[in-house]
Amino acid sequence: MSKILCSLLALSWLVCCSAQSPESVAIKTPAGFSNVVVGKDFGRVRHIAVNGNGDIYMKLEKLLKGKGIIRLRDKNKDGVMDDTLAFGNYIGSGIALKNGYLYASSNTEVFRYALDAQQNLVNPDQPERIVTKLIDKRQHANKTFALDNAGNIYVNIGAPSNVCQEQDRQKGSKGMSPCPILDSAAGIWQFKVDKLDQTYADGIRYATGVRNSMGLDWNNEVNELYITIHGRDMLFQDFPAMYNQKQGAELPSETLYRVKKGDDCGWPYAHWDHFQNKKILNPEYGGDGKKEGAPNAISPLVGFPGHLAPNALLIYTGDQFPARYKNGAFIAFHGSWNRSPEPQEGFYIVFVPMKNGIPTGKWEVFADGFSGLEKVNNLGAVKHRPCGLAQGADGSLYVSDDNKGYIWKIKYNK
Amino acid sequence: MKQLMIVMGCMVSIVLMSQSTPSSKASAMRGKKIYTTYCLACHQADGAGVPRMNPPLIKTEYVNGNKERLINIILKGLNDPIEINGDEYSNPMASHAFLNDQQVADVLSFIRSNFGNKSGSITPAEVKAVRAKK
Repeated sequence: MSKILCSLLALSWLVCCSAQSPESVAIKTPAGFSNVVVGKDFGRVRHIAVNGNGDIYMKLEKLLKGKGIIRLRDKNKDGVMDDTLAFGNYIGSGIALKNGYLYASSNTEVFRYALDAQQNLVNPDQPERIVTKLIDKRQHANKTFALDNAGNIYVNIGAPSNVCQEQDRQKGSKGMSPCPILDSAAGIWQFKVDKLDQTYADGIRYATGVRNSMGLDWNNEVNELYITIHGRDMLFQDFPAMYNQKQGAELPSETLYRVKKGDDCGWPYAHWDHFQNKKILNPEYGGDGKKEGAPNAISPLVGFPGHLAPNALLIYTGDQFPARYKNGAFIAFHGSWNRSPEPQEGFYIVFVPMKNGIPTGKWEVFADGFSGLEKVNNLGAVKHRPCGLAQGADGSLYVSDDNKGYIWKIKYNK
Repeated sequence: MKQLMIVMGCMVSIVLMSQSTPSSKASAMRGKKIYTTYCLACHQADGAGVPRMNPPLIKTEYVNGNKERLINIILKGLNDPIEINGDEYSNPMASHAFLNDQQVADVLSFIRSNFGNKSGSITPAEVKAVRAKK
């Protein structure tokens, strides 16, 4: 009998561990932190939001059984997400919770869903459409967003272009001046959260010169908008006389900006160069790798290595993590493609310590190992790509992956 | 009998030509260099592309199917929505009409005989014919 029990135990151990091992990778976090997978296999999970009761909302960029939003709930409160609700028939990347509403975006619209006192969706099939008719030209089409505390929503309208050339991504094609794209894209537009069917005429172009900002968050400490921007591609491939292979991989910087109303971040005329600490005129506009450009544009708070793809930004307001994390910025780097033949980089979560809205130290890798590879030579081989961040009511940090649809919860163990 | 031999010889050489002759192998070798210079940044070293941005070149209908459509992607670029295995790809491809007929043939022959692809090579004459149509 004990023999049978033993072999049963061994078998169950085998089943459990082999069920875990094939896809899971070890996520490395600083000493004192631990992490656990709380959801998996939901496909293209982009941004995420976590409600006060622990519900996790995921926005999908590819419909799963016809639905584009999934809510995970731990119904019996045993720590395992045992209940799944799918709704919304549109793809997209943006999702957030604020004051009793769930907000989610398609690539042309923003919707909001009322929640009742029990945190259930009042009508998941009939949301209010608050923004509509934004441009979608496929490239940089995700309408990611952030909400402030005064009833406004800030929507990223990415440039359907690399650097506003007459012919997009055509080697030798000149940059257009003025760039006509700036009228309806390459900026952050401000809308009201409670007005239906707003479009460009109802919104305010809050910031311009923003190529594509996948990461946006409202910094409550200083009451201002913070964004991360994806920098341009192809400096080495299109201008090998100015940028060697290594420089083309490291430049231009990916950036973190603090933006005030009316700010210009410089696209398409200039890019940030974190080696020279300058706004450098883009070669399509007559730049030579040294000449400065966009004199009226603001400078970023931080310039990161090129092409890492900062897909989500979260200013941490929790009390669970050690005090140095409070009011600092977590950034999810999706991982690069435009560094080949150099190895690809990114696929990690970075932390920028900040106080009073200003960085107080150098950025550091906070959570790593998502790619499952020592060195990424081909993007197709990576296991996970960090894409979304959310903070739980208890101060835990959640990370989503849009390659295999995983969600991790990162905790600090006091 | 002699005639039959000639016919059979022709058939054998046609079969060989459409597989991999020394000249098509040389073409693919030259094509690898062109691929590295102009294609690799977006389509990656393994031809798998970049998820939802730059399409894969592995065993897709676009690479292994209609030659004229494939040649035209190189000559005219591609900015139409395309779907491969249920995924769409967002980045436009620029025209590469600056490559000459031999170079286009070389790089396509390389792509069609690598990354798990086994379709035949493409000749400069085929590229020339498509380019002439405009």
